[in-house]
Amino acid sequence: MTIPRRQKVALVGNPNSGKSSLFNQLTGLKQKIGNFPGVTVEKRSGLMTLRDGSMLEVIDLPGIYSIYPRSLDEQIVAEILLNHHAGTTPDKVVVIADATNLKRGLLLLSQIMDIGLPTILALNMMDLVAKAGLSYDIKTLSKQLGIPVVPINARMGIGLEELKKVMAGPVPSATAAVFKIWEESMPPIKELRSTLGVDNDYEAYQFLAQPRSLNFLSKKDKAIVDEIRSRYSFQPGKFQGAETIQRYGFIQDLLNKITLRQTDFSWKNYSRKIDRILTHKVWGYALFFGLLFLIFQAIFAWATLPMDIIDGLFAGLSTYLHNALPDGPLTSLLADGIVPGIGGIIIFVPQIAILFAFISILEESGYMARVVFLMDKLMRRFGLNGKSVVPLMSGVACAIPAIMATRTIDNWKERMITIFVTPLMSCSARLPVFTILIALIVPEEKVFGFFNLQGFALMGLYLLGFLAAIGSAWVMKQLVRVKERSFLIMELPTYRLPRWSNVGYTIIEKTKAFVFEAGKVIMAISIVLWVLASYGPGDKISNARENVLSESANLRLSEEGLEDRIAAYKLENSYAGVIGKALEPVIRPLGYDWKIGIALITSFAAREVFVGTMATIYSIGSADLENDNTIKNRMKQEVNPETGGPRFTPAVGFSLLIFYLFAMQCMSTLAVVYRETGGWKWPMLQLLYMTALAYVSAWAVYQIMS
Amino acid sequence: MLVIRTTHIFALFKINLNKIMARIPTNVSEMKPGDTGIIAGFTDEYLSVKLMEMGCLPGIPVRFNFTAPFGDPVCISVSGYELSLRLEEAATISIVN
Repeated sequence: MTIPRRQKVALVGNPNSGKSSLFNQLTGLKQKIGNFPGVTVEKRSGLMTLRDGSMLEVIDLPGIYSIYPRSLDEQIVAEILLNHHAGTTPDKVVVIADATNLKRGLLLLSQIMDIGLPTILALNMMDLVAKAGLSYDIKTLSKQLGIPVVPINARMGIGLEELKKVMAGPVPSATAAVFKIWEESMPPIKELRSTLGVDNDYEAYQFLAQPRSLNFLSKKDKAIVDEIRSRYSFQPGKFQGAETIQRYGFIQDLLNKITLRQTDFSWKNYSRKIDRILTHKVWGYALFFGLLFLIFQAIFAWATLPMDIIDGLFAGLSTYLHNALPDGPLTSLLADGIVPGIGGIIIFVPQIAILFAFISILEESGYMARVVFLMDKLMRRFGLNGKSVVPLMSGVACAIPAIMATRTIDNWKERMITIFVTPLMSCSARLPVFTILIALIVPEEKVFGFFNLQGFALMGLYLLGFLAAIGSAWVMKQLVRVKERSFLIMELPTYRLPRWSNVGYTIIEKTKAFVFEAGKVIMAISIVLWVLASYGPGDKISNARENVLSESANLRLSEEGLEDRIAAYKLENSYAGVIGKALEPVIRPLGYDWKIGIALITSFAAREVFVGTMATIYSIGSADLENDNTIKNRMKQEVNPETGGPRFTPAVGFSLLIFYLFAMQCMSTLAVVYRETGGWKWPMLQLLYMTALAYVSAWAVYQIMS
Repeated sequence: MLVIRTTHIFALFKINLNKIMARIPTNVSEMKPGDTGIIAGFTDEYLSVKLMEMGCLPGIPVRFNFTAPFGDPVCISVSGYELSLRLEEAATISIVN
């Protein structure tokens, strides 16, 4: 006996149709996020338990208006639906439609029915239908379409039992095609069906009409499609408008038959009143910037406590491992490489969770579309798009989720520019570096009685990061030339109260994605760094203790002081130290010595490593690591042998601040950019550009100030 | 004869007669907040497909709601929902009153 294969059901629908509410209601916490094989778009899938205990796999596809794609998200949906007989092919499709706005939903439904997959229509927002005074004859609708139709209210969970039952049962493929394919297109379709074995006429028509959505075909099959297309001189996109009109004709007839009572849209008036304030030329911006301020405040103030706790826990675990396990390279790898590596990822979880709580609330309520609306004109001047606001905002917490958030930008050029400049926004990993350097070089004074000078410097850095992002975007706008047109045709959804469970699911989903995406890279790099910092050429490392003892025999160091000195000696003679010294001539114009060079190398993987590296270089015992003042004081005392003055002069300090502000010191970001852009071209350009920008700016700052 | 000549002169100086005389909007971008009209057609084939998918169809009434603070993008009501689009996109939707 064979185990029956688990059925796959895909959820498809317009944006704002309540798709994610339905998905969360159907699957609960049994969700996982992966990638569709071969493509870069996230796949949200989950398991749904049926009454008899068996499971169905539910796949949540990105929201689309039509199977003719315009953005990356939409293209993925088109490919999944067109690629029959593959591992990813859904057995059934649930099309979810906003019942207060049925026309657009039915357009998508009619396209999906024509592809020939078994389809179910879920009519959502039935509560609002009642509120709007609308009424539909659902039985007739189901009969006319020839598919099951289930009225639901996804937010409240009404009608879901019925929907689950229909999803579990057999669903026939739609038989009658809505769209009557043009006579002249039939010969190439017939030929394609006989050569490639495509299931039905409309699917074959789509193969011909969408040359860019056929990445799932083998090279040979693709060549066959291309050959047939050109032999019959079939022009993709030529009849798309006519097809849409034909479909709408069918839909209007259908709506005339099933609409029992017509609606007036006066129930939406509250939404218009809210818009009058939120898109006002003064209040609209005032509220938006107030909200930004609140979000930053939350990210930096509220996240401090959990971050300190996480930091303490991992530091404690590291110390515990050192004490509990016998000394040796494995213990060291675990306690100094892997544990701090994981800690370095987990520590950002509170900030990411808070950020996505806000973003998700703004999106759920419908406000995010207004932000795009407000900012589009301003952003366009810089080669960006209103939709670039969300990635840039997210970039203040972490560039990784921010870059993943660019997928909604349909225009390729604007998306690339947004990805390119987002890492210039000051992410939270820069904060520890900024904090310690500012404390070192900016006096703790108040200007005008209440402005804290150090706070002022910090704010200035964030502003500078933002200006660099915007400025770079403008430069790229001039350099990147593409013919693709930019447009912003976007629904402004009716304002609604956010559903808190959806907010919760988003937080979990984004945090998980961050931990695993960034986690893999940071882990690998921290192990490499550990090797670089623990091993060195020759036998200096293994003889560190003897060498330090003979060097400092007359210093009468305490046992602890001696250990710290040995650690510093080891680092100096490790591969990292050797590279730092080799780097010195390059970074001397910026005012740095080889010790700072080591910090730059270790920071390449993740910039926040700077503080820890400084502590090790200046041989502050790990016991004192918690106390920033110790590192600060030690750095203050460091003498520049050439001048006899302090090493960290304001010139060096500001030069370092600028370097860390602009440099691409985050392997995980590069990895995400590689994945999102599908090649090494963009991440490499980004690395080169940001390094050059950082180097030149830091050089200029140092030369001007010293 | 005379009428045609004047229009030619106006056209020569890129003066929109409609704007001066009756202010009758010919496309969505010329509408003022609160104006309504019926979609007559599109002047851009590429955008028309997207617009139709979003519910902007010939023969459908459209209402101009408000603009963003810098006058662009604009918000219209069509097919029972609110749609925002840029001024240059709104200009491709021809209307009749």
